[in-house]
Amino acid sequence: MSEAREPRIVGFFCSWCTYTAADLAGVSRMKYAPNIRVIRVMCSGRIDPQFVLKAFACGADGVLIGGCHPGDCHYIEGNYKCLRRFRLLTRLLRDLGIEEGRCRLEWISAAEGDKVRTVVNDMAARLRALGPLDAPGRFRDWGKDLEELEHAMAGEGPGESSRAIEPARNE
Amino acid sequence: MPDPPAKPKVALYWCASCGGCEEAVVDLAEGVLSVLNAVDIVFWPVAMDFKRRDVEALADGAIRAALLNGAIRTSEQEEMARLLRRKSQVVVAFGACAQLGGVPSLANQFDREQILDYIYAQSPTVVNDQGARPVSAYREGDRVATLPEFWRTTRALDQVIEVDYYVPGCPPTPKLLGQALATLLSDELPPKGTVLAPDTALCEECPRKDSKPEDLSVKTFKRPHLTPMDAALCFLAQGIVCMGPATRSGCEGLCIQGAMPCTGCFGPTSRVRDQGAKALSALASSVEGKEDREIESALAGIPDPVGTFYRYGLAKSLLRGKVGHLCSDRPESIKTGSMESRL
Ligand code: SF4
Ligand code: FES
Repeated sequence: MSEAREPRIVGFFCSWCTYTAADLAGVSRMKYAPNIRVIRVMCSGRIDPQFVLKAFACGADGVLIGGCHPGDCHYIEGNYKCLRRFRLLTRLLRDLGIEEGRCRLEWISAAEGDKVRTVVNDMAARLRALGPLDAPGRFRDWGKDLEELEHAMAGEGPGESSRAIEPARNE
Repeated sequence: MPDPPAKPKVALYWCASCGGCEEAVVDLAEGVLSVLNAVDIVFWPVAMDFKRRDVEALADGAIRAALLNGAIRTSEQEEMARLLRRKSQVVVAFGACAQLGGVPSLANQFDREQILDYIYAQSPTVVNDQGARPVSAYREGDRVATLPEFWRTTRALDQVIEVDYYVPGCPPTPKLLGQALATLLSDELPPKGTVLAPDTALCEECPRKDSKPEDLSVKTFKRPHLTPMDAALCFLAQGIVCMGPATRSGCEGLCIQGAMPCTGCFGPTSRVRDQGAKALSALASSVEGKEDREIESALAGIPDPVGTFYRYGLAKSLLRGKVGHLCSDRPESIKTGSMESRL
């Protein structure tokens, strides 16, 4: 479809470390790939796997999770919980057809502005190589059945009181 | 003498389902008699001789409530769902398949072509020397025989028509069915979209609840058929995957009482959008280790996360099935037997 489309990355960054590091990268005027949209969370342990799935369902090509280094979590255990979820989530995603590199976990402390730059650049390059994930496109493709039937039925009978749900709808 | 007031009309229909939901109606046992007294069943193909044209002959909105079970996979199922929607004041998605996609929606892990290829060619028990495949219309002489279209994906009922209420379960219990019918025939209908079951997690009503550790810490997940199980201890405390924490209550712990862990058929509570992700989150975060290797080996006891966490709800999950490029559109994935290894 849109071969030249730039990858879209959704970032979930822990407020105490990676988010601050991204801030630091900003005030240090570091330049990095503009492909990421960052959502700040209080701790990587707050990142519900539903957030990641929702990002992909809404059209993200990659999801970057940033948390405090092991041992440094402000809430002691949050990043370990995050890591454990991430390990299983990676496998779930693979089985759902989503390559490993599309969901990435990095420990980035508040001082590592440069690491934010390297990681985001690297991820954007890898996602460019992988190509778009385009889950909404897949939903649209699935939705064609309903459209076909609607067209077929439009010729006959009274108007449908029922409503076909938009195929890409994912509340 | 004036006619007695007409009884409310009720329709029951099945789509992509196993028949267990129909069984639930029969399981009302003698309760079924009072249902038959209270309502006028105008359509129930499994048990009574009605035809589609009988439904078509009814005025729009003439049916008080239609209970549909099963997921939607074919054009015929979709047409029937739409027809019943038009003829009914209230449509109920009855059972896990209608509510969430159910077990049939695990087929969303495969493409239509892959499925047809497996069923008509690859499956070890298939003898099909001519390589015959179903076609939607077949002409012989001046007669045309038709078959429904097999859609690209399996859907829950509300991904096709508007649904008013949901009755969860694989299948729903007779008790829930009885309550649902009473609710539907009463004058006070709950808000549209209500799931007609309690809105708490199964652990709340589980007979093993008292032994569920407050701070769960699992060394390694074990598979139920490969491990001796304690008859009274919370399954998670034994390291056996139990979907209880991420599943709606209302079954009264039937599987637990039968010494099997919950597999999640009641779907999520209203506060959860994606049951599988929620279960994954709860279970994975309770693993003990802090290093990749420890964590991996603990999680090795969950070899098939999609089949474990989305057993009844893949169609209604956030991603609805296999979405990515690792999939399917590539025929070699069939030839390497990837489908077979999953079955
Ligand atoms: S996890 Fe399972 S066994 Fe344990 S209390 Fe919850 S439902 Fe019962
Ligand atoms: S506070 Fe940063 S990961 Fe927990």
